[in-house]
Amino acid sequence: MWMLEIPPFLPFFIGALIAAITRGILRNVIMLAIPILSGLHLWMVPEGIHLQFAFLDYQLITYRADKLSLMFGYVFHIAAFIGIVYSLHVRDTMQQVAAMMYAGSGLGAVFAGDLLTLFVFWELLAFTSVFLIWARRTKRSYDAGMRYLIIQVLSGVILLIGTLFYASEKGTLEFDYIGLDGIAGWLIFIAIGIKCAFPVAHNWLTDAYPEATVTGTVFLSAFTTKVAVYTFARAYPGTELLIYIGAAMTCFPIFFAVIENDLRRVLAYSLINQVGFMVVGIGIGTALAINGAVSHAFNDVIFKGLLFMSMGAVLHMTGKMNGSELGGLYKTMPKTTILCIVGAASISAFPLFSGFVSKSMVMSAALETGHNWIWLMLLFASAGVFHHAGIKIPYFAFFAHDSGIRANDPPNNMLLAMFIAAVLCIAIGVYPSALYSLLPYDTGYNPYDATHVLAQTQLLFFSALAFVWLNLRGMYPPELKSTNLDFEWIYRRAFPNILQRVFSVIWKTDTAIRQAFLLKLNQTLTFLSRINKGTSNLLSHTYPAGSMVMWVAVILATYLILSFIH
Amino acid sequence: MLIHLPVLQVIIPLLAAPLCLFLTKPRLVWLFALIVSGLAFLISGLLLQQVMTSGTIIYDLGGWDAPWGIEYRIDRLNAFLLLIISSISTIVLIAADTSIRKEIPADHHVLFYILYLLSLAGMLGIVATGDAFNVFVFLEISSLSAYALIALGKDRRALWASYQYLIMGTIGATFILIGIGLMYQMTGTLNMEDLSKRLPEVSQTRTVFTAFAFLIVGICLKLAMFPLHLWLPNAYAYAPSIVTAFFAATATKVAIYLLIRFTITVFGLSFSFTHFPLQLLFVVLGLVGIFVASTVAIYQTNVKHLFAYSSIAQIGYMIVGFSMTTMAGMTATLLHLFNHALMKSALFLALGAVMYRIGTTKLTHFQGLGRQMPLTLAAIVIGGLSLIGVPLTVGFVSKWYLVMAAIENGWWPVAALILLGSLLAVVYVWRIVEMAYFKPALAGTETIKEAPLSFLIPIWTLILANIYFGIDTRLSVQVAQAASMSLFGVTP
Repeated sequence: MWMLEIPPFLPFFIGALIAAITRGILRNVIMLAIPILSGLHLWMVPEGIHLQFAFLDYQLITYRADKLSLMFGYVFHIAAFIGIVYSLHVRDTMQQVAAMMYAGSGLGAVFAGDLLTLFVFWELLAFTSVFLIWARRTKRSYDAGMRYLIIQVLSGVILLIGTLFYASEKGTLEFDYIGLDGIAGWLIFIAIGIKCAFPVAHNWLTDAYPEATVTGTVFLSAFTTKVAVYTFARAYPGTELLIYIGAAMTCFPIFFAVIENDLRRVLAYSLINQVGFMVVGIGIGTALAINGAVSHAFNDVIFKGLLFMSMGAVLHMTGKMNGSELGGLYKTMPKTTILCIVGAASISAFPLFSGFVSKSMVMSAALETGHNWIWLMLLFASAGVFHHAGIKIPYFAFFAHDSGIRANDPPNNMLLAMFIAAVLCIAIGVYPSALYSLLPYDTGYNPYDATHVLAQTQLLFFSALAFVWLNLRGMYPPELKSTNLDFEWIYRRAFPNILQRVFSVIWKTDTAIRQAFLLKLNQTLTFLSRINKGTSNLLSHTYPAGSMVMWVAVILATYLILSFIH
Repeated sequence: MLIHLPVLQVIIPLLAAPLCLFLTKPRLVWLFALIVSGLAFLISGLLLQQVMTSGTIIYDLGGWDAPWGIEYRIDRLNAFLLLIISSISTIVLIAADTSIRKEIPADHHVLFYILYLLSLAGMLGIVATGDAFNVFVFLEISSLSAYALIALGKDRRALWASYQYLIMGTIGATFILIGIGLMYQMTGTLNMEDLSKRLPEVSQTRTVFTAFAFLIVGICLKLAMFPLHLWLPNAYAYAPSIVTAFFAATATKVAIYLLIRFTITVFGLSFSFTHFPLQLLFVVLGLVGIFVASTVAIYQTNVKHLFAYSSIAQIGYMIVGFSMTTMAGMTATLLHLFNHALMKSALFLALGAVMYRIGTTKLTHFQGLGRQMPLTLAAIVIGGLSLIGVPLTVGFVSKWYLVMAAIENGWWPVAALILLGSLLAVVYVWRIVEMAYFKPALAGTETIKEAPLSFLIPIWTLILANIYFGIDTRLSVQVAQAASMSLFGVTP
C-alpha cells in the first residue's frame, strides 16, 4: 500500500538531518511531527517483510514487521515522542540530533531482519547515544561516555564475530531463533548480554546513565536495553540460562540501589532490576512468559521514562541529584511530585497501574512452569523495587527532611511529557486489554483476579513497612541518623543495633573492596600505557639505515637457514 | 589498435614522461600528465573487460616469440592491478596542480610530473610484463623515480627519508635480481610461464632454495612487511602529499602482486609453501605487523605518520589473507588491495588538503579543524571508518571476506585477532576525530578555509567510491574472485 517500504528509522534519520540545520519553533514542530507521522504510518503497516536487498552473497532484510517487532516499534515511537516533548526547551543542536538518530537506530534494530543490519544499528545505537552523555560537557561525563562507548562497541564487535560464525555455519544471515548451540550462539548471546546489562557487565549502565544530560537520560533509558530485550526475545526464547541470569538481575541491584545516594543512579539500578524481569520471562519462554516480558518492556519504557523525567525535572530546577541534599520539594513542585508518584506506583506494580498488569504475567509464568525459587526471588525483587524506586525516590526527593530548596515546577513542556507518560501508565493499568491485544501471543490472561491483587497488595504493604522501620531506626543508608518520622511504636533496641553494625561492616568492606579494585585497575592501566609507550617508542624510533639493513640480513639468513635445514 | 593495448598501457606513460620537458609550462604539463594517466586508466578498463570476457591476453613484444622475446601477459590478476594503479593515479593527479604549488618549488614542477609519469609507467610495467628480468627493469624505473619524488618534499627530512628508502629499495631490488639470476642459471629462461614449467625439475637444489629466499626477502622489503617496514613511515610522511597519496595506494600493492606472482605462478604453491614454513612465518609476521603497527600508529603525533603505520598494518591483513593459500583467502587479499587503495588514497589526499591549508599535518594542529574544513575532515572520518571496517564501506567488505576465509580455514584465533586489530584502528582514528571535533580551534587559525575544489573533487570521488563499493560489491568481488580462481588454476 502507501509507501510500505519506508523503514521506520528513515523518518527519524531525516528528522535528525533537518534538526541539524533548523532552529527554534520550526525545529520543534518538525521533531514533534516525525514520531507522530511515523507512528501513524507504522500503525497501518501489516506484518511481513517490506524491504530487502542482496549484499555479498546474502539477503539483507532491513525491514521486517511482525507482532514482536511491531510491539517494540510502537513503544519506541511513544518513547521518542515523550522524550522530544520533554526536551523541547533544549537549544543544544548536538543533543537534538543525537536523540533523533538514537531513536531511529533503536527502531532500525528492532525491525532488522538479518544479523548484519542488526549489527549496523547496534553500533549506531552506541555511537548516537554517547553524544547524549557527552552533551553535559563535563570531564566526568566525557570519561563516563568514553567508557560507555568502549563497552558498547565491544558488544558490537562480539556480535559481529558471532554473526560471521553464524554465517559460516548456517550460510544465512537471517535473524531468528538462534539458541545456545555452537560458538555463534554463545558469542551473540554474550553480545546481547552486555547490552542487556547482565550482572558484571552492567556497570556501563549505572556508570553512564546518571552522567547524561537531564533529557538525555530519558532517551537512554528507553532504547538500548529494550533493543537487547527484543533481540533476546527473538533469538533465545526458552533458554534456561536466561532465567537464572534474569533472576540475579532482579535481585542484586536492589542492594546497590538502597545504598546509592544519586537518585538517577538509583533509577539506573532499578532499570537493571526491571530488565531482569523481562529476561526471566524470555528465559521461561512460554507464551505467557514472553507476553509478560514484552509487555513489561513496553510498560517499563513508559514508567521508567516517567521516573527519569521527574528526577530530571528536579535536577533541572535545583541542580542537585543526591538524596541527602534534596527533600521537601513537594511544597513548591506539587505537580512533579504527583507525576513522580504515579511513576513510582507503576514501577512498584500497584494494582491499577501499568507495572502490575505486566509483571504479574512473568511471575505467574514462573509459578506455572514450576520455578518456585525463581518466583520467590522475583517476589523479593518486587518488594525491593517498591522499596527503592517506589518509596525512596519520591520520598527523598520530595518529602523527607526539608532541604530548604524552593524550586518551582519545571517548564510546561516537561510537565506535559510527564503527564502523557502518567496518563499512559494509568490507562494501561486500568484497561490492560488494549495492551494485551498487541502482544505476540493470545493467552487470555487476566491480571485482576483475587490472588494476584491480594498477593501484590500484601507485598507492597510489608515492603512499605520495612522502609518505614528502617528509616525510623535511622538505618536507611543515604540518610543515616537524619530522618525523624513519628512512628515511635516500632522501637526496639537490641536487634536493630546488631543489624546496624552488620550493615555498616558490609558497607565498609564493600567500599574498601571497590576502592582497592579501582586502585589496582588504575595501576594496571598506567603500567600498560607506560609499557606501551616504551615499546612504541622503540618501534617507531627512526632507525639508521645500517640497522635496517641488518634486519634484512637477519631475515634473509633465517630464510636460508630454514630452507637448508629442510 | 586493440591488440596492442597491453604494450600501450605501459609505453604511453613511459614515452609521455620525456615529452613533458617540451611543454615547460607547469599547468600545461599537469594537463598533459592528467590526460596520459587518464588514457592509461581507459586502457586498463578495456583490458580488464577484454580479459574478463575472453581470458588471458598474450602479447609478444616486437613479434618475438615468448621464451626468447619479452612477453606481456595480462590475466585477470594483472588487469585488476592495472586498473587499481591507473585509476588511483588519475584521480590523485587531479589535485596535483594545486597541491604541489604549495609544497614544491616552482622550478621543480615539470620535473615532478616527469617523475610521476615514469613511476606510473614503471608500476604498470611490473604488472603487465610476463618476463622476470623485465620486472626488475621496471622495478628500477619506478623505484628510482620514487626516490626522486620523495626527495622533492618540502621538509628537509624528506631528503634523508628518500636516502634511506634508496638504500633499502636498492637492496630489495638487488635481492630480487639475485633471485632472478639464480633462477636463470638453473633454468636458462626468464619468461615466467617458462620458468614455472622448468623450475619443478630442479626444485630440490640449493640454488633454487637460495633464489627463492632472495626473491621473497627482496619483495618483502619492497612491500614493507613487518619487520622490514622501517623505511616506509618517514618516506610517506615527508614526501609531497600527492606522492604519498599515490604511493600509499599503489606502490606496496605492486609488491604484493609480485609476491603472489612469484610464489604462486612461478614457483608454484607446492614448492613455495612446503619446502619451508613460509605459511607459519607469514601468518605470524602478518598478525604481529597488524598489532605492532596499529599500536605504534596510536602514539603518533603526525597524522601522516599515523596513516603510514596504519598502511603497514593493512599490509599485515593482506599478508594474512595471502598466507591462507586458499582461494577465499586470496580473494580477500585481492579485495583488500583494491579497497585499501581506495581508502588510503582518499585519506592521504585529504591530508594533502590539510597540508595545503595549514602547512602541517601535526595532530595538535587538527584542533577544531572539523568546523573550519568540514568537508575535508568529514572525508577523513569516512575514510577512517572504512579503515576500521564499518559496514557500508569497503573496509567492511574486505574484513568480512578475510574473516570468513579464516573461519573457513578453521583459523578461529586468527579471525578473532583480525577483528581485535580493527579495534586498534578505532583508537587511532578516534584520536583524529577527538582533535578535530571536540577541541576548540587553536588561536590565530580563524581564517582557515575549506580546501579548494581541486582537492575536494578527487577526495570525494574516492570517498564515494569507498561507500559505493562497500554497498555494490559486484565489480570488486567478481574480479577478485575471478583473479584468485585463475591463480589457483580453477576455470570459472
